[in-house]
Amino acid sequence: MSLLEFESVTLKFGGLTAVDNLSFEVEEGEVFAIVGPNGAGKSTVFNLISRFYDPFAGSIRFDGHDLLRVKPSGVASYGVARTFQNIELFEHATVLQNLLVGRHRHRRTNLVSEILFLPSVRQQEIKNREKVEEIIDFLDLQAFRDKMISGLPYGVRKVVEVARALATDPKLLLLDEPASGLSVEETTDMRWWIDDIRKQMGITVLMVEHDMGLVSGVSDRVLAMADGAKLALGPPEHVQSHPAVIEAYLGKAS
Amino acid sequence: MRFVFKTNYIQDIRPWKDGYQLSLYLFLLALVFSAPWLLDDFFLGELTNVLIWAIAGLGLMILTGHTGQVSLGHAAFLAFGCYANVALIEAGVPFLLAFPLSGILTGIAGVTVAIPALRLHGIYLAIFTLALSILMDDIIVLAEPITGGVTGKFVGGVEIFGKLVDRWATPVEFFWLVLGVTLLVTIGYINLLRAPLGRSFIAVRDSEVSAQAMGVDIARTKMISFALSCSVTGWAGALMGLYAGAFNNETFSVLISIQLLMMIVIGGLGSIHGAFLGAIVVGFLPQFLSISKEYVGAIFGGNAVAIPGLEFGIFGMILIAFILFEPLGMYGRWLKIRTWFELFPFYRKEMFKRQKSYLKTERLR
Ligand SMILES: Nc1ncnc2c1ncn2[C@@H]1O[C@H](COP(=O)(O)OP(=O)(O)OP(=O)(O)O)[C@@H](O)[C@H]1O
Ligand SMILES: [Mg+2]
Repeated sequence: MSLLEFESVTLKFGGLTAVDNLSFEVEEGEVFAIVGPNGAGKSTVFNLISRFYDPFAGSIRFDGHDLLRVKPSGVASYGVARTFQNIELFEHATVLQNLLVGRHRHRRTNLVSEILFLPSVRQQEIKNREKVEEIIDFLDLQAFRDKMISGLPYGVRKVVEVARALATDPKLLLLDEPASGLSVEETTDMRWWIDDIRKQMGITVLMVEHDMGLVSGVSDRVLAMADGAKLALGPPEHVQSHPAVIEAYLGKAS
Repeated sequence: MRFVFKTNYIQDIRPWKDGYQLSLYLFLLALVFSAPWLLDDFFLGELTNVLIWAIAGLGLMILTGHTGQVSLGHAAFLAFGCYANVALIEAGVPFLLAFPLSGILTGIAGVTVAIPALRLHGIYLAIFTLALSILMDDIIVLAEPITGGVTGKFVGGVEIFGKLVDRWATPVEFFWLVLGVTLLVTIGYINLLRAPLGRSFIAVRDSEVSAQAMGVDIARTKMISFALSCSVTGWAGALMGLYAGAFNNETFSVLISIQLLMMIVIGGLGSIHGAFLGAIVVGFLPQFLSISKEYVGAIFGGNAVAIPGLEFGIFGMILIAFILFEPLGMYGRWLKIRTWFELFPFYRKEMFKRQKSYLKTERLR
């Protein structure tokens, strides 16, 4: 059984078919990349997994569960975490607070115990912080931990978003264009981090990325999409040289 | 500049940064506690009034400042708490039970309102709650058997453990009651903010999509925020009723709703300090105005002119000034001044400027 299974999923926005009869599987422990030209439907695939949209047809299964029966806020509790193409951080909170929100799915306390800040809450908070500090160390965010997001540069925000997703302790990490807008050095850092996330933390990674260097560097398998449909699926070299993919990127030679 | 070296997790969990900040708060607390000996009855009454407004501000701050749901209808919940408290006392319920109940009932009323309001965002929610506040006036008139309608209600002192607590007869006892409630609400609020629920409020305020992706149930979180906010506001309303002694359908008008919202904006949205700073402005502005009117009258001769709505006009002007020049409110201004002193002479204006995040193009949706 694969970790994530898309089976003949179709999603339409009015007349536009954003995802067209798409099937693929992500195996546990791999780095799986989705590539494709702008508007191919890559982010829509992520939003389907996050349950922001209901598919028109098809099924999505995660870790043996039918994801389509889960509400959007329930997806995280199965162990799926994500970042957003457009960075969706909590702007008026500190880096530390952002990461702590990532711990929300591990909350075991209730309203009353939190207002009284009972010892159980204190213990849970200490545990949350241990986990969060580990991630801060891992992604080198010590210098920013008490800073407000609204004052951080773009490159740091991207890393904070990855950190927040990791704080949820996921099985599957969805990264939507983790390297877009990053400098060459920052992209290199990101490349090693993705490697370590898979190897050290044992987290499966599904990412959307335009930077082919990064894609072929870290991913085991690549899915190429255009207009919501699958073009090719396989190892990076194979997909990059696939005629349909080249055509989708460069247009039909006539 | 003070550097805070952090060596364990408790330092991040406890509400104060370091010993210096703790001693500052303790000093402020000691000052407030000694107020009955330092102030005469008039100013003690004014201080009590400020504290009651601060409680109301804390109530609205939960919903608007921390969960990002603008309400222009909180006077309706002040009224609800006020009438619930008095109705329970008149029904023979002892104050020590009636008072907590009045807040809880207001919280339940708040949740009832929240259910349709959950679908509304921003300006639409503001309009919805504004309508609620206007409606409350009619509801109070219609519910005459309970509320006394247009004639209103009168309430004397209440009894706590056989002791009379009354705004006029025993102002010191009344001050202790209000201070006690203020402290309890503030401590609960501080605890909430350092626990998962408080953080999920902030998450909903700043980005609903990513809050959802982190496992925060948006509808449920907003509902809890409404409940807590309305409960606290209900308590403030109950105390306002006792403070005023008499009230009717016009006491908690829409203007009070607007004033409450302005108050927390001026004080600084999204901080507990903001509610208190705003309350100080609201509480002392009328006094300040009447004193300055006397001066103006003395200079120009003739008796002090009474301009209707002057208070509100000035309040509005202060609000506009804040929105234009200091959107973070008085608390934001204080943070800047503090940083200026800490870093002297290295403070630069840009330190508090927001960085623009680039790449927010349509293409990258
Ligand atoms: N909420 C929506 N409503 C209507 N149309 C949408 C919506 N979301 C996406 N689309 C459309 O669906 C198509 C696929 O969008 P998607 O964001 O998935 O593309 P993408 O592959 O992520 O592209 P990019 O590389 O630019 O991020 C686009 O044509 C887009 O305009
Ligand atoms: Mg996209």
